[in-house]
Amino acid sequence: MSRRKIRNYIRLTASYITLAILAICAIYPALWIVFGSLRPGTSLYSKTLLPETLTLKHYVELFNSRTILFPQWYMNTLKVSVFSMLLGVALTLLTSYAVSRFRFKGRQNALSVVLVLGMFPGFMSMIAIFLLLKEMQLLDTHLALILVYAAGAPLGMTLIAKGFFDTIPRSLDEAARIDGASNFRIFTSIILPLSKPILTYMALLQFVGPWVDFIFARLILRSKDKWTVAVGMWDMVQANQNSNFTMFAAGAVFIAVPITILFMFMQRLLVDGLTSGASKG
Amino acid sequence: MSRHRTRATVLSSLLMGLGQIYNKQYMKGALMMAFEAASVMYFILNLGYAFWGIVTLGETPRTAANMQPGQYDHSIFILIQSLITILYLIVFLVVYYFNIRDARKIGAQRDEGRPVHNFRQSVRYVLDYKFAQAFLSIPAMGILFFTIMPIIFMVMIAFTNYSAPNHIPPGKLVDWVGFETFKNLLALKTWSHTFYGVLTWTIIWAILSTVTTYFGGLLVALLINQKGIRFKGFWRTILILPYAIPQLISLLVMRNMFNGEFGPINQYLGYFGLSGLPWLTDPFWAKVTVIIVNMWVGIPVSMLLIMGVLTTIPRDMYEAAEVDGASGYQKFRIITLPMILFTTAPTLIAQFAGNINNFNMIFLLTGGDPVKGDYQYAGATDLLVTWLYKLTLNQNRYNMASAVGIIIFLIIASFSIYNYRRTKSFKEEDMIQ
Repeated sequence: MSRRKIRNYIRLTASYITLAILAICAIYPALWIVFGSLRPGTSLYSKTLLPETLTLKHYVELFNSRTILFPQWYMNTLKVSVFSMLLGVALTLLTSYAVSRFRFKGRQNALSVVLVLGMFPGFMSMIAIFLLLKEMQLLDTHLALILVYAAGAPLGMTLIAKGFFDTIPRSLDEAARIDGASNFRIFTSIILPLSKPILTYMALLQFVGPWVDFIFARLILRSKDKWTVAVGMWDMVQANQNSNFTMFAAGAVFIAVPITILFMFMQRLLVDGLTSGASKG
Repeated sequence: MSRHRTRATVLSSLLMGLGQIYNKQYMKGALMMAFEAASVMYFILNLGYAFWGIVTLGETPRTAANMQPGQYDHSIFILIQSLITILYLIVFLVVYYFNIRDARKIGAQRDEGRPVHNFRQSVRYVLDYKFAQAFLSIPAMGILFFTIMPIIFMVMIAFTNYSAPNHIPPGKLVDWVGFETFKNLLALKTWSHTFYGVLTWTIIWAILSTVTTYFGGLLVALLINQKGIRFKGFWRTILILPYAIPQLISLLVMRNMFNGEFGPINQYLGYFGLSGLPWLTDPFWAKVTVIIVNMWVGIPVSMLLIMGVLTTIPRDMYEAAEVDGASGYQKFRIITLPMILFTTAPTLIAQFAGNINNFNMIFLLTGGDPVKGDYQYAGATDLLVTWLYKLTLNQNRYNMASAVGIIIFLIIASFSIYNYRRTKSFKEEDMIQ
């Protein structure tokens, strides 16, 4: 064997070892939580990663518990997610289409304002929104959450969606306009069908938002039966640290698995979304 | 000949919609009049109260004698009601201005003898030529009331003394105090010590977390992309996993894993005969832990990003370099690295700004703990944002929290505006036609 070949061999072996270690680090917490949810008892302490006996008890318990209203929370979250997704995506589409396709006075400034407002720490406005919702008698309702999430959507995603719309050639809509299509017609029959990737991206983010946000949810939802899963899960770890770990693990699996699968399928799309706002022309 | 123009202008200044009716646009005029009637009703009921409220912030605190709502003043409700009324007044005035302009324009059209749009034609006109503005008004309303209004409110709070224990309504009233809150935050020993301490850690954190995840991601991407590595898709899928798991879950899990007493990490260290580390309870180690966990969460994102960039580097550049006899390292230093840095620079700055505000990471993992005795309501790992959260929700120091928020905002805003102005999508947005 030549020296070059040996060096190549060593390089590859070292790379494989590094990758294997990294891979273990990446999946370990996930495995730990899955096995934790199958372990008998309530403690998070265990001698081994693999439990000696497996049980599905905690999953059953999760759905029958009187103090942990997991199914209720799950349905609440589903409801909030779906409606805030529909409303939020619709609003974002309107804004991004308008700023991408039309030139009007103050447009650049409006874009800068959107960018800056989007950077504002959300919960800085928490007290104000809380009082506003109180004025509107919306505290402790899911409608309030839906409104807040949806109203925030254009701020976070307009620039990304605009970046995408900018890449759809303008000649397409000009041709349609010559054929007498209205703006609305152009939007629905040219822009929308071409923007499936960004649409999926926005819908996904807007759907997942309520599953993981607990700052607003915790502030607005006062009664336990109205909570979303995020608030519920946080409370489980917060209220009885360590004492009911296995049930927390079961709940975590229930939330994390669907979302994780969703994200894995959408990888490519997510990369496009990540980069399109920044570097695409 | 400007008879119609002048009359329409005067009439619509007197009463919204009157000029339009004069111009024979009856439907439009009627709609505008209805809008004005409703608005004026609202202003008669609220405007005086709003101006009184925003100046005084209430005059009668709640006492044992006047427990009924309506008998006492609640400064904060007064402030927010006044704010809503005044914002609505501004919206109304803007609409009024456009009403006059519209009447004037149509009047001028009539002077020139051109026909006037009927209602259907007007609607059609808006849809064709004022589409963007009409479209944007809906989300703009949402942004006005759910984002801008709260921000103005919070900025105002920073100039009051709204804080526990002495100025919490309804038992006590709140007053305007000018810049006193900022002065206390920056100059008063007890507060400034915490502020500068937390600010320093926030900046160190933002730099370290951005750099570690970026170069970690670069390393992993290069490892996988090497010539001769097999199962590239498999490695990528596994290494993306931390990004796909919702942070809420993964961080709460990590909090358990790094638990000093029961956590598996210390348990495993024990197998190797090492005594465990105080991961989350010692100030220094807590900071190390947040950085490590953040790498776990953040490296996959950078990895994805950099892998994307790697595929866009033209092959022939490498071929040319090979012809010139460049070594692997030289190719990396002269071609790969500059290309990656150039393309990802805006994302890097965005990530830096995002990390300054990385609430989830700190709050879910450590909650800002361990507590530091000489800090005002902050722990060793608290960032400005989590400190703000604690000041608001746990301590009710609303004025201080607002001042901190304004400072965070100034930092973030300057970064992002700078970044945004530099990006290609801003400068050359009309490139693709």
